[in-house]
Amino acid sequence: MSFLIEVNNKNIGARSGETILDVMKREGINVPTLCYIKDRFPSGSCRMCVVENTKTGRLVTACSTPVDEGMKIQTHSPRVIESRKTIVELLLSNHPDDCLYCVRNKNCELQDLSEELQVRERRIKGEKNKIHIDRSGASLVRDPDKCILCGRCVRICEEVMGVACIDFIDRGSKSFIGTAFDKSINTSSCVNCGQCIMVCPTGALSEKSHFTELISMLNNPEKTVVVQYAPSISVSLAEEFNMPPGIDINNVLNGALRKVGFKYVFDTTFAADLTIMEEAAELIDRVKNGGKLPMITSCCPGWVKFAEEFYPDMLPNLSTCKSPQQMLGAVIKSHWAEEKGAKPEDIYSVSIMPCTAKKFEAQREEMTSMGISDVDAVLTTRELGQLIRMYGIDINQIAPETNDSPLGFRSSAGKLFGATGGVMEAAIRTAYHMLTGEELVRFRIEPLRGMKGCKEASIDVNGLNLKVAVVNGLANARILLDIVKRGEKELHFIEVMACPGGCINGGGQHIGASEEAVMARMKALYDIDDKETVKVSHKNPEIIKLYESFLGKPLGRKSHKLLHTDYTKRDVLL
Amino acid sequence: MEKNKTTGEVMETRVREILDRYPEGRTENLIPVLQDVQDVDGYLSEESVVEVSRHLNMPASKIYGVATFYNQFRFAPLGKYHIQVCCGTACHVLGAATVLDEIQKNIRVKSGETTKDGLFSLEVVACIGACGLAPVISINGNFHAKVTGGSIKEILDNYRNQG
Ligand code: SF4
Ligand code: SF4
Repeated sequence: MSFLIEVNNKNIGARSGETILDVMKREGINVPTLCYIKDRFPSGSCRMCVVENTKTGRLVTACSTPVDEGMKIQTHSPRVIESRKTIVELLLSNHPDDCLYCVRNKNCELQDLSEELQVRERRIKGEKNKIHIDRSGASLVRDPDKCILCGRCVRICEEVMGVACIDFIDRGSKSFIGTAFDKSINTSSCVNCGQCIMVCPTGALSEKSHFTELISMLNNPEKTVVVQYAPSISVSLAEEFNMPPGIDINNVLNGALRKVGFKYVFDTTFAADLTIMEEAAELIDRVKNGGKLPMITSCCPGWVKFAEEFYPDMLPNLSTCKSPQQMLGAVIKSHWAEEKGAKPEDIYSVSIMPCTAKKFEAQREEMTSMGISDVDAVLTTRELGQLIRMYGIDINQIAPETNDSPLGFRSSAGKLFGATGGVMEAAIRTAYHMLTGEELVRFRIEPLRGMKGCKEASIDVNGLNLKVAVVNGLANARILLDIVKRGEKELHFIEVMACPGGCINGGGQHIGASEEAVMARMKALYDIDDKETVKVSHKNPEIIKLYESFLGKPLGRKSHKLLHTDYTKRDVLL
Repeated sequence: MEKNKTTGEVMETRVREILDRYPEGRTENLIPVLQDVQDVDGYLSEESVVEVSRHLNMPASKIYGVATFYNQFRFAPLGKYHIQVCCGTACHVLGAATVLDEIQKNIRVKSGETTKDGLFSLEVVACIGACGLAPVISINGNFHAKVTGGSIKEILDNYRNQG
């Protein structure tokens, strides 16, 4: 039912079931929020979005109050502004106030609000928090002193990621966000996805930085510093420099990385093609030889840790393939090093990832050989932005360059890895070819594209009806896996990406991006796939050459040693 | 203790017995379950929270969050001497805060905690119904009346000397 309500003395249309905030958003009236998360049930706890209902004379929260016919609302009356200002002043009363030293300086919702509401003095003095910083995690740094208890991290971790390793602890002025028994995060079930960082309005949550070491390595003449970047970086980095979302700046990225001082610039997408060769072969092997099905992808380290904790009985279902980052890392420090005549210990291998969990993955014990890590440092998209700015590089003035070869050429199938459904699409293209010797007539598998949390398709491969599913957001993975475990669905292959939408929305990406921005990144990947000619991993000439000259064949002895891994059940507090 | 079983195993069996009385997955029973566990174990151990979490299908972080919200739950075993400091109205008015402060300084643990040597544990309680004796503390059920910041040391040293 539609009706009119009065907002700031003007009549506007509203529908029953909408909240005041929904209507304000549609009308372009800016009401500030803190605890609110789009598309999630409102908690109404921070009170930041108060508006005045002039009919009842009460202040109500816009996020959790449904509209009523004939309602009269003032969104910026003196009383409303005063209340919002007081809320911010209260939040600031125990805040550390070290903005100049904070990772989120100039990108902080609390700063923005206090600026908007013209907070100019410390009127309310509270006792400052003195909770220790938790640096125990491989990916995540938690600084609870900066936390304003909005609860967004808690809700994302539970409702979207299905992990729920953090919650409100204690109560009243002593409340803080922590893990069970207030243990350090590295002993919890945290999967390092970084989605909590993406929603945190302040500097309370951030990624673990490897900057200092990286810079000293870049300046160490004895080290060959090489870099690889994930498929989604080229379509998301531009936003770090205030460009519109969805622009592919791949060649500019190459130029910028060389300017920073990286000696060799590789594309992880090459290794995505390599992953596809191994994974497609593994799928066929499992289907033909009665192996464990459904096979489940293993390129997302957030998902892998999640499986090791919550679904240990399904670990045999996980593909044994390492992720593209780790495959490339392993090839660089073995085959490539040998060809170059370099010692593995003299190579410092860096990867740029849209992901915080990749930091954890790189330091897993399984990802080292003879005590040397395959990948030495992982930077997020955000950190790459910082690095480029720190080196005074003007991204608008960089001449486009190509990457280094070998280990640089890629197919557009590999590029699809950046979005949910992309690994599956790329794998099906190659598996089809491996099984039939022919190419798919239509490469694009429409039902597997887009932002939906769970997608399914079935593909006819020479009479075999290959049934596949794709999930993103680990809470969705839980739902699907439970169905599979109960035997209610028969599938051959499942792709899991921890983050909603896949790597284009990973926990290392630009903070503050809208859903539209994420979709623009996705579209940029699809566009690349549409316009390029090498659309399948098995036609990547450098991949073909790597197998001919070094690896032999997929699932061969060398592949097994370098490109595959295993998983173990993890004992953590669930 | 039952034969051939470690303390942990005995505890686990006791927790299991409690959990068997509650249906699986019904999170609304969380508080009574935790109360029962604390009744038999004296505190909520990590192991018991894990058991409860499995039984109710509820993340351990949530259980810890709920349990820390309430004053009644503790996460360390009781000490040999369990000190309860009354902070009811009468005691509050007559200086319970100073008494509590003094005790915390003396045994160097906060309310809800147990000293490393296991000798003392501390708990703040609402009125224990001995307002005439305010401010009052109870140690293993023995009331100490009209305590002051100054008398705490002597009282605690007495227990220390008993070992
Ligand atoms: S990184 Fe992911 S799993 Fe870990 S606390 Fe944040 S949201 Fe939860
Ligand atoms: S850590 Fe950040 S997201 Fe989580 S409650 Fe605190 S301010 Fe909110």
